[in-house]
Amino acid sequence: MAIRQLGAAAAVAATLALATPAYAVTEIQWWHAMTGPNNDVVVKLANDFNASQGDYKVVPSFKGSYADVLNAGIAAFRAGNAPGIMQVFEVGTATMMAAKGAIKPVSEMMKEAGEAFDPKAYLPAITGYYSTSKGDMLSFPFNSSSMVMWLNLDALKEAGIDTPPKTWPEIFADAKKLHATHPTCGLSLSWITWGLIEQFSAWHNVPIGTKANGLDGFDTVLEFNTPLETRLLEELVELQKDKSFDYSGRTNTGEGRFTSGECPMYMTSSAFYPNVKANAKFAYTAVAMPYFPDVTAAPQNSIIGGASLWVMGGKTPEEYKGIAKFFTFLSDTDRQVYLHEVSGYLPITKAAYEKTKDSGFYEKNPILQVPLKELTNKEPTENSRGLRFGGMVQMRDVWAEEIEAALAGKETAKDALDKAVSKGNAMLRQFERTATK
Amino acid sequence: MENRAIFSGKLLPYLLILPQLAVSLIFFYWPALQAVQQSFLVQDAFGLSTEFVWFENYINLLQTPEYYHAIGVTLLFSALVAFFSLGLGLLLAAMANHNIRGIQIYRTFLIIPYAVAPAVASVLFIFMFQPGLGMIARALQRGGIDWNPVLNGTHAMILVVIVAVWNQISYNFLFFLAGLQSIPKSVIEAAAIDGATPTRRFWTIIFPLLSPTTFFLIIVNITYVFFNTLGIIDTATGGGPNGATQTLVYKVFQDGKVGTDLGGSAAQSVILMIIVVGLTAFQFRYVEKKVHY
Repeated sequence: MAIRQLGAAAAVAATLALATPAYAVTEIQWWHAMTGPNNDVVVKLANDFNASQGDYKVVPSFKGSYADVLNAGIAAFRAGNAPGIMQVFEVGTATMMAAKGAIKPVSEMMKEAGEAFDPKAYLPAITGYYSTSKGDMLSFPFNSSSMVMWLNLDALKEAGIDTPPKTWPEIFADAKKLHATHPTCGLSLSWITWGLIEQFSAWHNVPIGTKANGLDGFDTVLEFNTPLETRLLEELVELQKDKSFDYSGRTNTGEGRFTSGECPMYMTSSAFYPNVKANAKFAYTAVAMPYFPDVTAAPQNSIIGGASLWVMGGKTPEEYKGIAKFFTFLSDTDRQVYLHEVSGYLPITKAAYEKTKDSGFYEKNPILQVPLKELTNKEPTENSRGLRFGGMVQMRDVWAEEIEAALAGKETAKDALDKAVSKGNAMLRQFERTATK
Repeated sequence: MENRAIFSGKLLPYLLILPQLAVSLIFFYWPALQAVQQSFLVQDAFGLSTEFVWFENYINLLQTPEYYHAIGVTLLFSALVAFFSLGLGLLLAAMANHNIRGIQIYRTFLIIPYAVAPAVASVLFIFMFQPGLGMIARALQRGGIDWNPVLNGTHAMILVVIVAVWNQISYNFLFFLAGLQSIPKSVIEAAAIDGATPTRRFWTIIFPLLSPTTFFLIIVNITYVFFNTLGIIDTATGGGPNGATQTLVYKVFQDGKVGTDLGGSAAQSVILMIIVVGLTAFQFRYVEKKVHY
């Protein structure tokens, strides 16, 4: 009896399953790495898009960390079932673009799908990172941020510092002053290589590597072991001795040291904002990254961090049409304004930035405008458009190891940077060899 | 005699071991062969361009100083973890082998850490040892020790050893306890009557009789340290600072998954495989002779 019931249920289920594809909705898989409130944003975007039309259905699925998404996508591609859209962090850009045939450039897809698409409508400081040197957009920027200096204003006042520091020499001096009241940490930062090498070079308009930081070709050679970079690291090594500066690790696990009040000056992503707002029990602000005033070009413009959406290759024209429509949907001015104000992500279109500005939003939330002011400070140069080095995910670890050795007093700052450059170059040559020409 | 005739066929024994054989072939030998194949290739992450390079991946590997550094780190790490987890496991087992009230409850609690996944164990310890936030880190700093595992390699090594040992003690405890309980009471009582002190009884009777268990656990622990501590290292230190906690298996993971250098990573896993096979064979060949069953 029970078995017969089960059989009947199975038959009904089978009929239902067979009946569904009759609607012929094209499904688009979207693999992402967003957690918590950011995951809600992804789900809401997909739901809104699906409700807005009936031909395409975007199906988001969470695949773990950024590195997990990239690896899952690579494995899926090798097995022949890659998703339509993949969210990849900014340092995975070279890996993706080197895989011609595995990806579909966004500008090409938009043209083929017949979607209205004006590359000039987007903020060049953001899209530049994800475009070819000719300006063709390769991937679609999704969540972008930049690096800013977070300040604990109560702690600065207590140490007798009235004006927020603007330059590195001022930061060094203030870190020493803060040592009296904050003996374990005056200054610190997250994402050590993003801050000290990648952002620092762009902000001072000096190259990290040749060929426009790798944007013009995989035969790029690293060259950031300059006197300027050495000077920065030497100062920090000196401050590390009494913890006026204290290292907080390679990623952002040390950010709690700012919100807990331990580190009054903390350089990290602008996306730290919701966390600070929720947890800091003191007066705080964020200011632009410091610079060396004797470098005439500084400050230039900052570069972004975050992730973009890559379209995978080998899909049907129908799927590409759906993805193109989804990207147009994402670019909508009101939607961009909403996303920016709710999530703290930077808007990607000029119109959305202008509209937010005009609405007076930044008067109430000046911190959210700091990264945008940094990014648009000057017209991006070859040194500040972005960077594209193969194997950049692991390269950051290799660079961080050398910085750690210098901070621990095992190597001089100059030796550490020389080693970081030579090890990095060996990795670049290995990557160049495997990149599909 | 008559009964044996039923099993006379030569086919049946093979049929019976077939499931186990299939599992071994599919899940062990096939991936291992694939690793060997991959180690002769230079390939991009997506598998779009492949070049057969013979032993180049191995030669490159043996020319990088970091690889030798990782070998050193692995030897130090496994020696420390094996020593402390076996020692403490044995100590706890000896303690729990007494007849005291509520012994069942104590034993159960001693087994629980083994149920915690390595990565989770790491997170728990990070909460305690993170400078500035963790309770133990603060206590150490108040005590005048500049505890800083993010910059000090020795501290980072201590941290991962503590987590790995904590995670493995329960397993060792369980086997040592079973081993202790299988030792005949009469032998120990006879020694006690002859006037042997508890310490002497332990070292001359219990410890030698435990040697099969100890031998088994040494092999299991070394395999554990070589492979299963990946999650601990990844969560606690990420191999840093400056490579101080980068073990061989972590380097395989780093180069393969983070660096997408599949050929180089495969070459490393092949070498790692040879090392572990060699180590186990060596132990069975020489150390086992000293074991009394």
